[in-house]
Amino acid sequence: MNTLAKKSLTCAVSLAAAMSTANLYAQTEITVATVNNGHMIEMQKLTPIFEQAHPDIKVKWVTLEEGVLRQNVTQDIANKSGLYDVMTIGMYEAPIWGERNWLEPIDTSGNYDVEDIIPSIRGGLSYNNTLYAAPFYGESSMVMYRKDLVKAAGMEINDRDSWEHIRDVAAAVHNPGEGVYGMCLRGKAGWGDNMAFLSTMANSFGARWFDEDWKPQLETAEWKNAVTFYVDLLTKYGPPGASSNSFNENLALFNQGKCGMWIDATIAASFVTDPSQSTVADQVGFAQSPIQATDKGANWLWAWSLAIPAGTKNADAAQTFIRWATSKDYIQLVGETNGWAAVPTGTRSSTYANPKFQEAAVFAKAELKAINSANPADSTLKPSPYVGVQFAAIPEFQAIGTTTGQMVSGALAGSMSVDQALKSANSSANRQMRQAGYY
Amino acid sequence: MMTLNQQRKFKTFVTGAFAWLIALLLFFPIFWMFITSFKTELQAISVPPSLFFEPTLDNFGIVQERSDYLKHALNSVVTSFGSTLIALLIGVPAAYAMAFNPTKKTKDILLWMLSTKMLPAVGVLVPIYILSRDYGLLDSRTGLVIIFTLMNLPIIIWMLFSYFKDLPKEILEAARMDGASPWDEIVKVVLPLSIGGISSTALLSIILCWNEAFWSLNLTASEAAPLTAMIASYSSPEGLFWAKLSAASTLACAPIVIFGWFCQKQLVQGLTFGAVK
Repeated sequence: MNTLAKKSLTCAVSLAAAMSTANLYAQTEITVATVNNGHMIEMQKLTPIFEQAHPDIKVKWVTLEEGVLRQNVTQDIANKSGLYDVMTIGMYEAPIWGERNWLEPIDTSGNYDVEDIIPSIRGGLSYNNTLYAAPFYGESSMVMYRKDLVKAAGMEINDRDSWEHIRDVAAAVHNPGEGVYGMCLRGKAGWGDNMAFLSTMANSFGARWFDEDWKPQLETAEWKNAVTFYVDLLTKYGPPGASSNSFNENLALFNQGKCGMWIDATIAASFVTDPSQSTVADQVGFAQSPIQATDKGANWLWAWSLAIPAGTKNADAAQTFIRWATSKDYIQLVGETNGWAAVPTGTRSSTYANPKFQEAAVFAKAELKAINSANPADSTLKPSPYVGVQFAAIPEFQAIGTTTGQMVSGALAGSMSVDQALKSANSSANRQMRQAGYY
Repeated sequence: MMTLNQQRKFKTFVTGAFAWLIALLLFFPIFWMFITSFKTELQAISVPPSLFFEPTLDNFGIVQERSDYLKHALNSVVTSFGSTLIALLIGVPAAYAMAFNPTKKTKDILLWMLSTKMLPAVGVLVPIYILSRDYGLLDSRTGLVIIFTLMNLPIIIWMLFSYFKDLPKEILEAARMDGASPWDEIVKVVLPLSIGGISSTALLSIILCWNEAFWSLNLTASEAAPLTAMIASYSSPEGLFWAKLSAASTLACAPIVIFGWFCQKQLVQGLTFGAVK
């Protein structure tokens, strides 16, 4: 065989080998749309480990701001565009989209251990007992407070204190001259901002969003009492400009030692106890949310979860990825890689039973207690037709919640009275519910 | 009592000081973004804000690690330059026709074109989204180039029309006398005479495309997402993000700021073209 022939043969064999290797490793690409939260970013970093274990799957990430994510995934799923194979959704969307068959049911077979998922979280992400989104991390709400300031004021904070007691503590630690404000709460308008908190507060005052006939109840005495108390509390003992504060603004204030108390998502506990970002990390105490007329619905329930849009061409690969990202093994991986204080919490009972996690996370017990006490199916004192603690899981709620949030934010800023705010909100909600055909 | 010379100097000083003040005011947000990108997250949110601190490059490291900066930058370059080029290819003949061969309806056409800019973009989001889906243009550079072209075409035609109108018609008549075709008039007479105006129009169009966020966020996902989409990914609902967001914004702004700095001569020349007669 001459040199040219040998070279040609070598080239042909190499080419064939390369082509067969390419076929062998033909990859399915899945696109995951997610939100920029610490746990999600960590998952992004650990994805190469998943890809090594599943060489046939390649994961692409699209990280979006929360509002944009909601808009984009809704557009994608409603128009069946197929841009995303896995999408990050919350407890509000999962049952609504599940009911409409917009989502693929999550494959919980085999060693996934679906029974390990905290029951309230599993229930909130299901429709007709079918799980439509797998929880990646979950949260409730609780009181975070400065132990040193409360002690110095000669006060105490316990689980399920009354709102009056909380107001007394706020008054006692309030010292604006020293840059310390008694109470930090969400004031920024939005169904996921001020109304997430205010719904839980109103629940504890005995209020509900709708009666059994879906009629809005925002003008009832319970709502008026709750909103008046909230506006009064924040006006007297809150930081300046409270009507534009939400989670991040309050987190910044608390971490700088400017809040005596803060009631917000349990996920904040890992931030305020982290010395690298909090100046008061060793002075933070936790307690269950305050109550007034009832403890029903006094703290919210939420889970950022992974779901598969119906009709995606890569459903199998998406299932494989979700089963990995929401598994016990993934939590173990994060614990071993980044430390147990950094694991995604609020999803699996086994996480809270793990001694390493209990030791690393000082907030573990309070967080689990809060999550376990929230029940989306029974969150109001009087009977209500909806599911959800800080929201009503119906498509109309986003608009109704945001309009109400704008009115309440206006009352907090002093541009209208509480009565005016609730009257306008109720009338707007009434209009929307009637147009939607509820009555 | 000030002499005339002193009065003139004082006037120049006051005007200069006022111009500097306005310039500093306009530049301040960019300056603040730039220095925040070198702070830690805790420093970035501290009240009162700190001007003197130990700078860190960590935020840039995080952006580099998390985002494919070069891919986003390439998407921005391709879409902004590509759409500007196409818009100029359409806009130059259109503006030439309206400036040198106006009809009774020319003014109406110009006003109609401008009125399309008054429609809120979100009003046509759903039809454009569905069209993009049906033609396979979602998350593609081609789709963004088409949208950006259509978005900037009215402004480009308006600006070019204004520049062309200021050219003396006699020059074109002379060219015609020498046997120039309309194509020759555009290429050999109009374009060389209004190169400053065309450059500034192109620059403005590039900057508008570079900064465009609405369509970029709605029509792209992973493949065609430009730098504006990269910046948006650093906003977080639960967690501090200002320092990292500032670093991402600084990296996204840098290329266009540098480009604009090199081209400022053309930009100023174009914007003042025809201002003094």
